[in-house]
Amino acid sequence: MATIQENIAAKFPQATFEEADVLQINIPDAQLHDLAKTLRDEYGYDYLITIVGIDRVECLGAIYFLSNTKTNQEISIQVTTTDRQNPVITSIADLWSIATIYEREVYDFYGIIFLNNPDMRRLFLSIDWVGYPLRKDYDNGPDSNPVTLEAEPQSDDTHVYTRGEDGKIVCTEKPIFAKNDFVVNIGPQHPATHGVLRFRTAVDGETIKKIDVYMGYIHRGVEKLCENLQYMQTLHFMDRLDYFSAHNYHHGLCMCIERAAGIEVPRRAQVIRVLMDELSRIASHCLFFGTYCMDLGATTMLFYTLRVREQILDIMKKTCGARMTFNYDCIGGVMADLDPDFVKDVKALLATIPANIKEYNKIFTGNVIAEGRLEKMGIMTRQQAIDWSVTGPSGRASGWACDVRKTHPYSIYPEIQFDEIVMTEGDSMARFKARLLEMEQSAHIIEQLIDNIPEGDYLAKVPKVLKLPQGHWFQLVEGCRGVFGVYIESDGGTQPVRMKFVTPSLNLAAVVDEITSGNKIADLITIAGSLDYIVPDMDR
Amino acid sequence: MEVTTKSMPYEAWKDNEYIEGLVEELRANGTNVLVGTLDKLINWGRSNSLWPLTFATSCCGIEFVSLGAARFDMARFGWEVARSSPRQADFMMVAGTIVNRMAPVFRRLYDQLAEPKYVIACGGCAISGGPFRKSYHVAKGIEDIVPVDVFVPGCPPCPEAMIYGIMQLSRKVKVERFFGGVNRQEKQKEFLADSPVAQKAEEIINGEQA
Repeated sequence: MATIQENIAAKFPQATFEEADVLQINIPDAQLHDLAKTLRDEYGYDYLITIVGIDRVECLGAIYFLSNTKTNQEISIQVTTTDRQNPVITSIADLWSIATIYEREVYDFYGIIFLNNPDMRRLFLSIDWVGYPLRKDYDNGPDSNPVTLEAEPQSDDTHVYTRGEDGKIVCTEKPIFAKNDFVVNIGPQHPATHGVLRFRTAVDGETIKKIDVYMGYIHRGVEKLCENLQYMQTLHFMDRLDYFSAHNYHHGLCMCIERAAGIEVPRRAQVIRVLMDELSRIASHCLFFGTYCMDLGATTMLFYTLRVREQILDIMKKTCGARMTFNYDCIGGVMADLDPDFVKDVKALLATIPANIKEYNKIFTGNVIAEGRLEKMGIMTRQQAIDWSVTGPSGRASGWACDVRKTHPYSIYPEIQFDEIVMTEGDSMARFKARLLEMEQSAHIIEQLIDNIPEGDYLAKVPKVLKLPQGHWFQLVEGCRGVFGVYIESDGGTQPVRMKFVTPSLNLAAVVDEITSGNKIADLITIAGSLDYIVPDMDR
Repeated sequence: MEVTTKSMPYEAWKDNEYIEGLVEELRANGTNVLVGTLDKLINWGRSNSLWPLTFATSCCGIEFVSLGAARFDMARFGWEVARSSPRQADFMMVAGTIVNRMAPVFRRLYDQLAEPKYVIACGGCAISGGPFRKSYHVAKGIEDIVPVDVFVPGCPPCPEAMIYGIMQLSRKVKVERFFGGVNRQEKQKEFLADSPVAQKAEEIINGEQA
């Protein structure tokens, strides 16, 4: 790490460094693009995890989290600007495709314009939205942006901002679709978009030319809400982002806060957390099989797969008291001890899983129709997966080993034997099969732990009102759909200054355009469904 | 009059005062023997085959899926035919948060439901905004957007609660006056006055004609 720092310092004399859990490089905007390019091409930081927008009152800015897919090391770049009226940062959308979407999100929340971004529109909010909600001076009064029943104004144009020769910023309008494109609207109310997501699909006959993914139909502003809550109060939102990965997301946020506050989690709690994570992974994949097959016309699968899911939900209900929004992991451990029946129930579940997987394969995987519809459909290469930061089973089906449990082992995962499922085909069938195999691995993890749950406390002693020291922390965990990240910035108080959630579904939806274009419109459901995004997770 | 459905004992229901009040209000001027009997027959059929619209925005929608699957099996009660088109549905179960961007879409879906139509607000978000009430982009309850018949609290409500909610709705449907009541053909002007979407469409059509 030191050598990189020295080399960067030699090449970019204006760069300053800040040691945190991730090395942070502060750089003026003029050199951002060069630095990002150097890091990507020379040092192998080819995976853009996220761009975090920040408002520190005296300055606005963005923090770029990069990762090296070979060494799995992270580095971050911070760029700030003091101009609050017309904040401008150079875009890196030509280096990473996913940056287009990330930058749009930052623009939407903070009003920072990214120069040369080919698509500088708002992402979640409507074009006539007043103000930028995540700025500290945003007026959240009832009159500022009331709920209206007027149809939302739509625009077929996007903007590109460039710097003219005289140094002034020039805004040019650019149409989203070509002039004579035939655009079909799919969603937001559509049974196969898995929630309220909208695809504006330009088609040529039956062939998809371009898809404009239109999000925000369930954007709930979780990140802003967190800024006005104490750390413990922010936890419950994790249940409601990706409601299938509720335990995993809780685990991530808790770990981040615990690391910042220096809280030691008892061993028993760690084992319970991992058990719950893996149980929810099985439940989540089960629901994926059910709904996905239902979209493709195999309605029966839903009933078979939900059978296992209900069994898992019963186990969780006994311990956590809820079927979906568990709110079980808390800072310092878990809310309550395991139910006395837990071990017995989980063993009964494990006994049924091999038979169930066999059954799924019999009904669907080996089915001629399924093979015909899924194989060679929507191929995503490894390069594309990294370029769009598509993680989770979808990324691994394309050959990118991105499982956080292996790349950044956390909690007790280093002690556990399990295989990371990496496939090479990258088509819809591979994404489907990767999940089936992951279910087996999760069951394998549970098998190893279920007889070895250590005795002891399940909750560490934590002060009622928790204060984090000044600083910032970044934590990654493996959700059911991919990498979930938490960024917390604290000023030493009881409430976070900034809390950013890096959710996998945003990337999964963003990549739809890339891998569907050229396919038939009927295959849109096959391909988009196989990515398995959750709409509240992408919108937050 | 004891209104009940699915053989549930009348005492086991909550909110009996409400349904009694409703009956009293509807029967205040007496009931025609013939029409009243026909009403009963039709309402018996209607209340036992309420078709929901497949409409879910977030977490509650997943419980709605569970409700349709084998374990909770809403098909037992005659509610299984979840329609994806609002034109074919009787009621919409608003399962999830409604945000600013969704509100006009949601209203349009409601307008497209065929009369007589019903709305169940399912879960904290639909009732009041729930945990997201203070957010800048969340409607504080759907009651400001559409009239609501039944509220089902919970976050998300468990499928049993949803069954209870729909049963309450079918109780309500049972006592309604179908003839001369909920089945009235709405006057076009009244309809337009209520619906901004239809109004706009009207304006566009008129504009084109002129």
